Amino acid sequence: MSSNMVAILYLISALLFIFALRGLSHPESSRMGNIFGIIGMIIAVFTTLMFKSVLSYYEIGAAILIGGAIGSFIALRIEMTALPQLVAAFHSLVGLAAVFVAAAAFYDPVAFSIGKVGSIKTASLIEMSIGTFIGAITFSGSVLAFGKLQGTISGKPIVFKFQHLINALIFLLIIFLIILFVINQSPTIFWTIVIVSILLGFLVVIPIGGADMPVVVSMLNSYSGWAACGIGFTLSNNLLIITGALVGASGAILSYIMSKGMNRSIINVVLGGFGGEQDTSASKDNSDKIVKQGNAEDAAYIMKNADSVIIVPGYGMAVAQAQHALREMGDILKKEGIEVRYAIHPVAGRMPGHMNVLLAEANVPYEEVLELDEINHDFPMTEVSFVIGANDVTNPAAKTDESSPIFGMPILDVEKSQSVLFVKRSMATGYSGVDNELFYRDNTTMLFGDAKKMCEDIVKSLSA
Amino acid sequence: MEAHSSEVFVIGLTVFFLACIIGYYVVWSVTPALHSPLMGVTNAISSVIIVGAILAAGPQGFDTSKIFGLIGVVLASVNIFGGFLVTYRMLSMFKKKTKKTKEKE
Repeated sequence: MSSNMVAILYLISALLFIFALRGLSHPESSRMGNIFGIIGMIIAVFTTLMFKSVLSYYEIGAAILIGGAIGSFIALRIEMTALPQLVAAFHSLVGLAAVFVAAAAFYDPVAFSIGKVGSIKTASLIEMSIGTFIGAITFSGSVLAFGKLQGTISGKPIVFKFQHLINALIFLLIIFLIILFVINQSPTIFWTIVIVSILLGFLVVIPIGGADMPVVVSMLNSYSGWAACGIGFTLSNNLLIITGALVGASGAILSYIMSKGMNRSIINVVLGGFGGEQDTSASKDNSDKIVKQGNAEDAAYIMKNADSVIIVPGYGMAVAQAQHALREMGDILKKEGIEVRYAIHPVAGRMPGHMNVLLAEANVPYEEVLELDEINHDFPMTEVSFVIGANDVTNPAAKTDESSPIFGMPILDVEKSQSVLFVKRSMATGYSGVDNELFYRDNTTMLFGDAKKMCEDIVKSLSA
Repeated sequence: MEAHSSEVFVIGLTVFFLACIIGYYVVWSVTPALHSPLMGVTNAISSVIIVGAILAAGPQGFDTSKIFGLIGVVLASVNIFGGFLVTYRMLSMFKKKTKKTKEKE
């Protein structure tokens, strides 16, 4: 195949990837988008297999089959609640693949037309080492994020002295190593870059707490794109550059949206250490206040007599796998002629769009699921807010208390509805460590218990 | 693939920046409800890095580079199949609803 033909096929593939993302602007067009993506990938792979230098079809075919089988198996088996972990795990693989491709290019530069062993072109060496560096960080950062999301590693931020200084020094060390690598092209230095970058990836994610994971997952998404870009530059392959840039931009925008949802800068999130250990002065003030506690029957009674209910789900719903029971509850209320809608905060859950997927899994029509901007002005006209497994995103302190760590964060105005039902396991504070004054209001009823169990009990009371 | 010269690099850089701009606008148009599938798709397409891995695994015989290439092909394939499939699963859940409720927002 001529190099022009290759370039055109790669261009078609890149365009299909752009359409794949474009399709996601609406659920209706999204499935077609995904198909565009698949076609684009098939074109890219087959075009590459047509290269004259590519001869070992059996080995490559076997490798694709092995990887494909593993990937399909995991993707079909995974629980939707475990999605954030899965995405983190997949990101780590992109990072690792980037490192291996860079290593392959380093050991056999002739196959990529970037020079000969020991005399690889300087530009290629720089691009290669940058690709390796980002790839390795993506790998280890994602592995750690996976551990935190899966619960194998504590989700609490781990902070220690001079953390940021150490990270900065390691970063400088990597730059120094890259310069050294460009000068002497030594394999030892190449692998040192890999190892030190892996270390840096761990250190960068370690101080970031569980609920900041949406930002981390998005950031790693972005990194995996930039890693692909780095490799694209090394191989002078426009398809890789375009795709890497698309993915990089996508991850960066998601990180931005998530940080904005918490009224924090990306830098602040990345520096980490947020949550868990704020002083408890606020909660002490409230220790003598009275909390109105209710049970499933009370909740059923309150909602049955309402005209409109807005359900505010949070990570707690995901943990308790309560989405199906919740939808059942919503269905009964709808049958009673009550308007039921769902309000999603941008940072609810552990990855962007997490709640939407879970509700979709439970067959909640997406028209009933609204974003913060779309629904926030409706709370004053709403009778009941049903908050399930969310806390900080409803805390009015974000508006009123300037000393609060969450001050300035956009919140869902559940306080403005006539009554609020809070499904929670205990009085424990949310991720930010801040007490929620809403718990003590007269129109708030606390429903203590497991979110799924509570919904099931409410369903029972409603149908009784 | 042609030789690596400064010209090639500048072309790559041009492509890079234009792609970033396209990415910026396309991603902002993605509805927030589909941000999880977006991550699934970007995950899958970033594994287009498999192209590099195939080139490394291409030559006959076995050497270090080829082994690295094959490992790269396996890793990227996990992602390609896994990423597209999990996205498909997510999107098909969003699909079911439309049958029930015909109205648009």
